Amino acid sequence: MSELRAQIEEWRAAGRRQVRRLPSWSNRAAVGILIVLGALLPFAFAETSGFLNATIISLAYVVMALGLNIVVGFAGLLDLGYVAFYAIGAYCVGWFGSDFFYKAHLHVGVSHFAGTLPGIHFNFILILVCAVAITSVMGCLIGLPTLRLRGDYIAIVTLAFGEIIGVVAVNGQGINLVDGMTLTAGNLGIPAVDLPYFPIVGTFNLLDLRPWYWLIFVIMLVVLFVNLRVRDSRLGRAWVALREDEVAAVSMGIPLVRTKLLAYATGASFGGMSGAFLGAYFTTVNAGQFAFSFSIFVLAMIIVGGLGSIWGAVFGALLLSYINYYLIPDVLNGLPGDFGLNFSLTQLSFGIFGFLLVIVMVLRPQGLFPERRRALELTEAIAPGGEEGAPVPPT
Amino acid sequence: MEAITPATRVPIGARRSVVATRRFLERFGLIAALAALPIYYGAHDLISGYPAGFVDGHQVVAHNLTRLGGNLAVGFSNGAIWALIAIGYTLVYGIIELINFAHGDVFMIGSFTSVGLWGSLGLGLTTGVVGLIAGLLVTLVVVMAVCGSLNVLIERVAYRPLRGAPKLAPLITAVGFSFILQNVGLLWLGGSPQGVNDLIRQDHAVFHISGVPIQRGYILALGLTIPLVLGLAWFIGNTRAGRAMRATAQDPEAARLMGINVDATISLTFMLGGMLAGAAGLVYAIYETNVWYFQGFEAGLIAFTAAVMGGIGNVRGAVLGGLIIGVIQALSDARLGPQWTEAVVFGYLIVIMVLRPRGLLGEETREAG
Repeated sequence: MSELRAQIEEWRAAGRRQVRRLPSWSNRAAVGILIVLGALLPFAFAETSGFLNATIISLAYVVMALGLNIVVGFAGLLDLGYVAFYAIGAYCVGWFGSDFFYKAHLHVGVSHFAGTLPGIHFNFILILVCAVAITSVMGCLIGLPTLRLRGDYIAIVTLAFGEIIGVVAVNGQGINLVDGMTLTAGNLGIPAVDLPYFPIVGTFNLLDLRPWYWLIFVIMLVVLFVNLRVRDSRLGRAWVALREDEVAAVSMGIPLVRTKLLAYATGASFGGMSGAFLGAYFTTVNAGQFAFSFSIFVLAMIIVGGLGSIWGAVFGALLLSYINYYLIPDVLNGLPGDFGLNFSLTQLSFGIFGFLLVIVMVLRPQGLFPERRRALELTEAIAPGGEEGAPVPPT
Repeated sequence: MEAITPATRVPIGARRSVVATRRFLERFGLIAALAALPIYYGAHDLISGYPAGFVDGHQVVAHNLTRLGGNLAVGFSNGAIWALIAIGYTLVYGIIELINFAHGDVFMIGSFTSVGLWGSLGLGLTTGVVGLIAGLLVTLVVVMAVCGSLNVLIERVAYRPLRGAPKLAPLITAVGFSFILQNVGLLWLGGSPQGVNDLIRQDHAVFHISGVPIQRGYILALGLTIPLVLGLAWFIGNTRAGRAMRATAQDPEAARLMGINVDATISLTFMLGGMLAGAAGLVYAIYETNVWYFQGFEAGLIAFTAAVMGGIGNVRGAVLGGLIIGVIQALSDARLGPQWTEAVVFGYLIVIMVLRPRGLLGEETREAG
């Protein structure tokens, strides 16, 4: 008993030391500086530079990763069908922001020009709201059959849903809704999706990527803030409790069904937001974009970053998407030519990506920025009674 | 504590009926769901009939089960290939609880190796029967050895360093190796499906069972799968090494204490899984008469689904799941159109998971114990 008390005293002292290390405002100042730097970043690059393009896509992936991190990282529900929410979010743009439903005439808060076009045209913010609403409902639907399952069975059922959504997207051309208007445009894609329009700012265009950057930056900040707050809320702690021990958590009075479904819905809604943004940014919604490998790509981000850790998800997403969208196509591909070799690395991009995944995971199995609680569990499980935060001994 | 949900306040009598319905569904729902497709289409063929070709310029409408029988024959022979791959997933999952995403790509390498070997051995459309059989046997042995060793190598490089790491870490190295192998396949035979010599003229009907043609391809698929699966079952059930595998799957720590070399046993498991995947790759190349670098990914997804459907970790379950998925695919391909097949298969998977959360034959993993 006295040992325990001594231990608690030690922890308290450690806590006080940590608090005393920096004045309380410095944290906020650092956050403020980071945000300002982030907002000013596009001025360092040309308006249409490849790096800016890669950054915009990377930030969209950060939002995806933060969403998946809630489902897989916090609640411990392995979701391999995350692509479903990307698809639904993107189709929200196709449905509510183009002339795809050409027989409908519905315009809400769009530019004067778009107001003259046939079809449904909503303001981008409204599309985001639609995407969040639809994807969170779909998230619950996907969650329902997994409630009785555990472990990797959840993975396969979510995978199945992702694949079904993908198949429906491809074959949606044959699904007649009303008056010859179909559900999706299949592999042809819904072309010429509306560019986001905001009063004062005007309509976005693809010759100036900076507004796109600021838009996704703001979305990312909002999602990040929500993530940080939810993690420490009652709900976030309930997720972690369910992840650690379902039986114990339920017997402590955590409502199992609601908590799990909320995890699916929250994660899905972030995926939908990011999907809507990417749909608008790519200006087309094509069924071919929604492959299983996308789910794996996002899952790899949060595991490389450190499962359950918000900053891990952010850095993992940035790392992998920069590798995929900048390092491999823009930097590495020119290398063999520079050395006078006559082959192109584009053929190897797959393999390079896979090789990097293997290397990162073998060198740092717990991820780049592991969550503190998880890191503790890991070391405890392997070396019981070992020192807190001791490195994982090789087995 | 949150407010009590209404569901828990339902009167006892009503609850009993809910429980009774649920029990009924659990007992018969699964059988009903599985039998639904064949029975529906069988009844449809018998009652409404189906066009069965032309005789003397007149369309003949047949009212029998021959078409359904044909679908089932295709389904079982396709399913036999999925079963071989699914066993690899289920063995690996049973012993180290890892979804081995690279397994499907090992199967793909198996197909590519067989095609390459036929070229070097000089097997072609003009090869005689004896030469063909000898050549295919040599190919089978080599392919099984290659894929088995490849799987062991992957385990050594990508999974063994991660023992004791978080559970999902090896999943990512598996994905990494899957990408690497796909890239190897891409460089090897290019990005589009490659035609393969139809060595055994696989669609040649050998004999008919009440009007259903039994093609050479079916006989090859089932004739190779059945002995391999029986051999594997015997190996796991009756040999010392097989007992070591079962012990390691149950409890690696206890197995280690009993003097079992756990690392070697895990390598052996990967070896067996890889060998079966290699055999499946050979059969696939002959049966489908084309190969491409992405086939492993698709087949891996289906085979993993089969393994889960049957109850992961359970070898008999993997075989059963493979056959069921083969039949569902064949029925859906022939009746609903191939573009919906994937959705039908995965829809079935969800139904089965809901009705029987641990798979058809129950799982055999540590978590289940």
